[in-house]
Amino acid sequence: MELQSTVKKQVEPKAELTYSRPVFTPAVDIYETKDALVVLADMPGVDQSGVDIHLEENMLTIRGKVAEEAVDKDVVYSEYRTGDYYRSFTLSNLIDQNRIEAAIKDGVLKLTLAKAETAKPRQIAVKAG
Amino acid sequence: MAIIRWRYPSEMPAIGELSRLQEEMNTLFDRFFGKGSAVSAAGVYPPINMTQDGDHIYLKAELPGMAPGDIDVTIEDDNLILKGNRKTDVAEPDVSYHRRERGAGSFSRTIALPVRVVADKAAAETRNGVLKLVLPKAEEVKPKKIEIKLS
Repeated sequence: MELQSTVKKQVEPKAELTYSRPVFTPAVDIYETKDALVVLADMPGVDQSGVDIHLEENMLTIRGKVAEEAVDKDVVYSEYRTGDYYRSFTLSNLIDQNRIEAAIKDGVLKLTLAKAETAKPRQIAVKAG
Repeated sequence: MAIIRWRYPSEMPAIGELSRLQEEMNTLFDRFFGKGSAVSAAGVYPPINMTQDGDHIYLKAELPGMAPGDIDVTIEDDNLILKGNRKTDVAEPDVSYHRRERGAGSFSRTIALPVRVVADKAAAETRNGVLKLVLPKAEEVKPKKIEIKLS
């Protein structure tokens, strides 16, 4: 399969930033395993110190801040813009909000949201009557 | 001639169409003048940004999730070739996807360099999913300052 480029989706974050920089929606993959919900978000240019994950009530917010680089060089051509990342999700209460893990590698954020005990599938034994 | 009922302009559906058109034109202009992201029409992956100074050409591409070993960079004459395969599949068994937005697949892109470069001295690194190339310009294409002598 040939990979196609897509234009980064720009968003207006809920609160304005104190500095002027475009903000983009990171592309995400969200999948569910037996024990957890996993969010993978593409945030190229963001390192560990630039990630901010915020959880308030059921709203999970991901922010990624790219390290600003001096652009004093002569631009030959430009096909993409750099900026911060922002996206938020509403979590169902099936998530154990105290057990959320985050890691970032090669510009991809991985959030592991452990499922709450009550949401896990349970085998129910059928007793002979 | 068909008779069309006169309507107050604000009720006309065409207004919505017009504003949409205007929106599109604005985006087009913004892109042209560098405000928007100017992704090449062909949609080739990855999009790149190229800058230069007197001695070097700098090239950047966003390749999230790709380790240095996954990207193949070749310089052939005045062309730079970026190749790789981005995989987004996960190792865990029995997963069910809720969303799949991250693109996966192979890519190969040839970029014509604006000037001749010294391929042997080219440097490449990836950091946080961003590939950065520093290509030194060939001696003959470097800008030269000409001293003006006082006669």
